[in-house]
Amino acid sequence: MNVLEDRSIDIGPFVSQGDDETIICRCEEISKGEIRKAVHEGMYTMTEVKRFLRAGMGLCQGQTCGKLVRSIIARELGVNPLDLELPPSRPPVRPVKMDVLASEEFPGAEKS
Amino acid sequence: MKRYDLIVIGAGPAGLSAAAEAASHGLEVVVFDENEKPGGQLFKQIHKFFGSKEHKAKIRGFRIGEDLLRDAEEKGVRVVLDSVVCGLYQDREVLVQTGEKVVHYKADAVIVATGASENMVPFDGWTLPGVIGAGAAQTMMNLHGIKPGKKIVMLGSGNVGLVVSFQLLQAGCEVLAVVDASPRVGGYGVHAAKLARCGVPFHLSHTVIEASGEESVERVTIGQVDKNWQIVEGTEKTFDADTLCLAVGLSPMSQLLKMAGCEMKDTPLGFVPRCDSLGRTSIPGIFVAGDVSGIEEASAAMIEGRISGAAAAEYLGFLDTSLLDETLGRFEMALQSLREGMFAPGMRGKEIRETEEGIPVSTSLLEQGYLGDDELERFPGVVEQRDAVRPVIECTQNIPCNPCQDACKKGCISIGEKITSLPVVNSEGKCTACGMCVAACSGQAIFLVDESFESGYASVTLPYEFYPLPEAGDRGRALDRSGKEICDAEVVEIKSLKAFDSTNLLTMKVPLSYAGQARFFRR
Repeated sequence: MNVLEDRSIDIGPFVSQGDDETIICRCEEISKGEIRKAVHEGMYTMTEVKRFLRAGMGLCQGQTCGKLVRSIIARELGVNPLDLELPPSRPPVRPVKMDVLASEEFPGAEKS
Repeated sequence: MKRYDLIVIGAGPAGLSAAAEAASHGLEVVVFDENEKPGGQLFKQIHKFFGSKEHKAKIRGFRIGEDLLRDAEEKGVRVVLDSVVCGLYQDREVLVQTGEKVVHYKADAVIVATGASENMVPFDGWTLPGVIGAGAAQTMMNLHGIKPGKKIVMLGSGNVGLVVSFQLLQAGCEVLAVVDASPRVGGYGVHAAKLARCGVPFHLSHTVIEASGEESVERVTIGQVDKNWQIVEGTEKTFDADTLCLAVGLSPMSQLLKMAGCEMKDTPLGFVPRCDSLGRTSIPGIFVAGDVSGIEEASAAMIEGRISGAAAAEYLGFLDTSLLDETLGRFEMALQSLREGMFAPGMRGKEIRETEEGIPVSTSLLEQGYLGDDELERFPGVVEQRDAVRPVIECTQNIPCNPCQDACKKGCISIGEKITSLPVVNSEGKCTACGMCVAACSGQAIFLVDESFESGYASVTLPYEFYPLPEAGDRGRALDRSGKEICDAEVVEIKSLKAFDSTNLLTMKVPLSYAGQARFFRR
């Protein structure tokens, strides 16, 4: 039984580390320490950390930091990174400006 | 909504091959790609590819890209660039952003060939300007003609790290070190040897501790790692480097497949769709090809593309099921031959002690990047012959490649049916020093050595891909396999034939006793 199956298991207190200031999610400027702290505040899944900190919600949509965030959470929880489910993948996979998203074209169709 | 028979996402080697194959069976095909140029990574691959003839071996990557694009366009494929596929929805509906507009398209089949992106590794200073992906460095040099920096440290000794390091040298940069946390070189030994003889040192079992500098990278500090990947105190070394390239693996860009609802699998090598050998995912009508379904070489991606293109044609009824098997048989054999040898996908992480021929592998090559003088004799590409010119093939690992065999018309070189076998030099063959084998070797591992050149002197002919070219009569120093200067050398000939495809042959004269060690020339 690991902490992902039983959240009552104690993962111990947050202890600061020398490299806590290292930026992990460059797009949203989230540091390693912030991610580790979030785990100790109860964010045990990638989706929770993402919603709590916005790590992986920037320009690259987690393509760069996803693996790194996953391994940091896993180490903090003492589980295998592969045990942590990846967050859902939603459109748009690349950032699109709202006015572009609203400017849909209908090639071949008659303009109404 | 505009409909197509087939939408291909990604115009790289896999996507273009898939589109061309499908179009050749009569499908109306469109390819979307987010980049301004087609070809994916192919157009920045200036080196010669490995494999055999059917894999386009000894042809430079960008030329393969040109041929592929022409082939696709001749077959009627529409390639739409600067177009980002933002979403893949139910019933194969695709959302595409081009410029300031978005358009929805529908297709009866979709092939996802989105490739992969570079991994990063965090350390102190990894966000400083000057820390870049090796692929990014390659894009700057080979597509935009810009040197990424002057003094480079490369992290990663896989094929990407090795190939890009060599290209950095070709661009005129100084490569201060190739660093890898693994105790052994990860990529092909021939790629490592090319760098080592130019004097690039390998620091294996080392990793980057820190990149530092005021506004951008000025120094890179590395240190040795122990068995638990922890830095051994006191082993730190600092380089005055302005650029740190990261070549630490690739991750498949598979988000569109997950979004579409394809069954996925989470592996240590990446998050990839479940698919069969034809590239069919769990959703009928959605296919995959290339790195998005697992990282391999571009040669494999091109064949995977052909296979899923044919599978899509069959799925839509353009290709008779009985004909599909026939079409696929050819491709599958070609793919299988690429997936054999020491670097096959199934061999990852395994320690190899012997070649397929039962010869102990070179430990010096794995630990220092070059073959030890005492290790050479046991390989079949090296034969004793003092009275005439002969090829010396320093190819000691089972990699899928055989152009040297086809290059020699005099029967001096044989590999046989199995393309991963080590090349054998037959001493009965009459070498005429034509040099075709030297230029044909994608690993630049073939030399012509003539110990009967002149009394007291031998000649060594080596592949040379640096500009400006030296001229006959130039004097300099000969370097050994480790890049150490060992003796004086004089260039006696530079041969640059069209058939050599920009691999020039430099012949230098060295004292006879150095014939077995001299492998590079420096002015």
